[in-house]
Amino acid sequence: MAFPKPAATLRSATGIPTGRLAVWWLLASEVVIFGGVLGSYLMFRLGHPEWADAAAHTNTWIGAFNTLVLLSSSFTAVLAHQAAEKGDGKTAAKFLVLTIGGALTFLMVKSVEWTIEIREGFTITANGFWSFYYTAAGLHALHVIAGAFIMGIVAFDAYRGRELQRVELIGIYWHFVDVVWIFLFPLLYIAK
Amino acid sequence: MAHTAVTVEHHADPHGHEHHGPQGILKYIWSTDHKMIAMQYLFTGMFMAVIGGYMAYVFRMQLAFPGISVPGFGQVSPGEYNALVTNHGSIMIFWVAMPVLIAAFGNFLIPLMIGADDMVFPRINRLSYQIFLLSALLLLASLFVQGGGFGGAWTAYPPLSAVGEYNQTNLGSSMWLGAVALEFVAFLLGGINFITTLMNSRAPGMKAYDIPLVAWMIVIASILFMLSVGPLIAGAVMLLFDQTLGTGFYDPARGGDPVLWQHLFWFFGHPEVYVVLLPAIGITIDIIATFARKKVFGYKLMLYTTVATGVLSFFVWAHHQFIAGIDPRMANVFMVTTLLISVPIAELCFVIIATLYGGSIRLTTPMLWALAFMAEFLIGGVTGIFLGASGSDIYFHDTYFVLAHFHYTFFPIAIIATFAAFTYWFPKMFGKMMNDTLGKIHFWGTVIPFNFIFIPLFVLGIGGQHRRIYNYQHFPELAGPGMYRLREIATIALLVMLAFQLVFFYNCIMSWWRGKAAGKNPWQANTLEWTTESPPPHGNWPEGLPNVYRGPYEYGHPDREEDYWPQNEPA
Repeated sequence: MAFPKPAATLRSATGIPTGRLAVWWLLASEVVIFGGVLGSYLMFRLGHPEWADAAAHTNTWIGAFNTLVLLSSSFTAVLAHQAAEKGDGKTAAKFLVLTIGGALTFLMVKSVEWTIEIREGFTITANGFWSFYYTAAGLHALHVIAGAFIMGIVAFDAYRGRELQRVELIGIYWHFVDVVWIFLFPLLYIAK
Repeated sequence: MAHTAVTVEHHADPHGHEHHGPQGILKYIWSTDHKMIAMQYLFTGMFMAVIGGYMAYVFRMQLAFPGISVPGFGQVSPGEYNALVTNHGSIMIFWVAMPVLIAAFGNFLIPLMIGADDMVFPRINRLSYQIFLLSALLLLASLFVQGGGFGGAWTAYPPLSAVGEYNQTNLGSSMWLGAVALEFVAFLLGGINFITTLMNSRAPGMKAYDIPLVAWMIVIASILFMLSVGPLIAGAVMLLFDQTLGTGFYDPARGGDPVLWQHLFWFFGHPEVYVVLLPAIGITIDIIATFARKKVFGYKLMLYTTVATGVLSFFVWAHHQFIAGIDPRMANVFMVTTLLISVPIAELCFVIIATLYGGSIRLTTPMLWALAFMAEFLIGGVTGIFLGASGSDIYFHDTYFVLAHFHYTFFPIAIIATFAAFTYWFPKMFGKMMNDTLGKIHFWGTVIPFNFIFIPLFVLGIGGQHRRIYNYQHFPELAGPGMYRLREIATIALLVMLAFQLVFFYNCIMSWWRGKAAGKNPWQANTLEWTTESPPPHGNWPEGLPNVYRGPYEYGHPDREEDYWPQNEPA
């Protein structure tokens, strides 16, 4: 059942489409959430140089591979947006599905990585570093899952030529998820 | 980029509005209409206020008459006492002030005041209320689980809140935390809706400075909330892991730090004061302009001052940690910022006073509430200076002086301003006028006892009475007859105040049932919500959305016969 949009939704006093405006505000709220986690982590890390020993056990190569996967998935999200701009919903949906593939790859690699680490005894309660490691990356992974799920809905609609403007919106969100990882990767993997 | 920037209004079907939407009982619980969602928030908030008031009654009785069997509750155990004060604070801030001032009035007023037919995302709006309702139910359920409700104060400082062996309310603490987190999600969703609606959906011709101040204030408050709550959401996740998984984020023995929570909490908690204050000030200035029949003195000044308050409010949080062992040099910095923020707040007060000056004042019930808000909030603000100064705070910290201070800010915000707004917009919400005599009886019966509750508490606080004590008989220096007399005065004043709320409920029901029909514009006000039917139908303006030709406060214009000039009237 299509929901009839009120006139309010279609107005644009700022010149920015309402959906895009809302996504940017959503991202503003997300920035402070991740800012809270990472700010706390940084303050602790500076006060605990010994956490470097724990960080030495993270696998930089797996992290780097996942970075590559996420960056490529952002690229397909851009291609989906480009197709949607041209009104080609089918192509947009195809690229969105590829992006979802990237998200799933990322999550699969992550779960293998975590399984290995937990087997080695590096659980969330092992020490402060591992607590932050799982909390920050877990919060990020939740965003990946949510993004992939919503992207599925957007792709479903886009394939039928409906709500094509949403392809851009989920893309903006996806780039944000990507950028958060760009911060997490050096802070959790490279800083040793 | 440009392809999506199409802003044609003919996409919306102007005739489809009466026909869509759920019917029957679902109309009330599954509606996407902003006015219906506002009512849901309003009534949920009022219900929670009754519960919060009942809690205050129980623990005030225990404080004044320790050990008695409180009528309607029974004997209060120490654990129950802690749960009562904790949940009283949580409920009054998160489930009363926020939903009523921001969500209920924001939902009701923003689309009507900017001439739109609904919020920009009606379904997200509905989702926001549903999550909020879930959070309220979760909180209420937490009071009845094994071990009882959470009792570690509404600020939930670890390690008390983090370790089940300390707080004795393992499940209650986690449910409390979950409820608060869900409530934040609800207000983030609602806040994005408010901000986007105000920015994008204004009526044609309405410029930024033609928006009524209350709409601005609710939106600025939403922005403050959105930018401050993130670190606390992160902190709440960490606290939840400490509670349930056994991590040590806040445990110094395991490399954590309990003061981290205090920073994360108050980084949100202090802007939160302004999150609820700004809508209250907005409501006050709108009502005062209407009933002083005068243009707001310094609209732009008011707006810029509000923004300044908002920015400054992010740099004051550590004044809550003066005695938590933070560096005294840092304490000095936060003392300066804290005292600085009284400058814009004083400016807001002066703007309101200057608006009153020379007006032809009509002392209606909403006007009385608005004036009382100013007078009482001023006491709250002035007593805050003592707490913001790090030297005197060392003595006052965690005494009843603090408690009386923030009740002198929060009571005017959450109760007085809410009554101002409720009595002012009641005719628009329900189409009937409220009884003015009963309204004034209720007003005096609330405001006078309010002062009798909290002025004794200032005195007790200066006398060294510490907060969060179950029974002062255990402390000889706090158990003298003089101090008990003051506690009894406060408790009896509370009973009187609670009794007078019955007048309010009676007035509401009777006015709604057989009150005088209000008509479109009973107060001769200018803003757009008064140009449509009372109550407004679905879609708000059935004959077409309004255009705007002037600012919201054109009262007493010399060229006109009437002393008001509605915003939608062509020149």
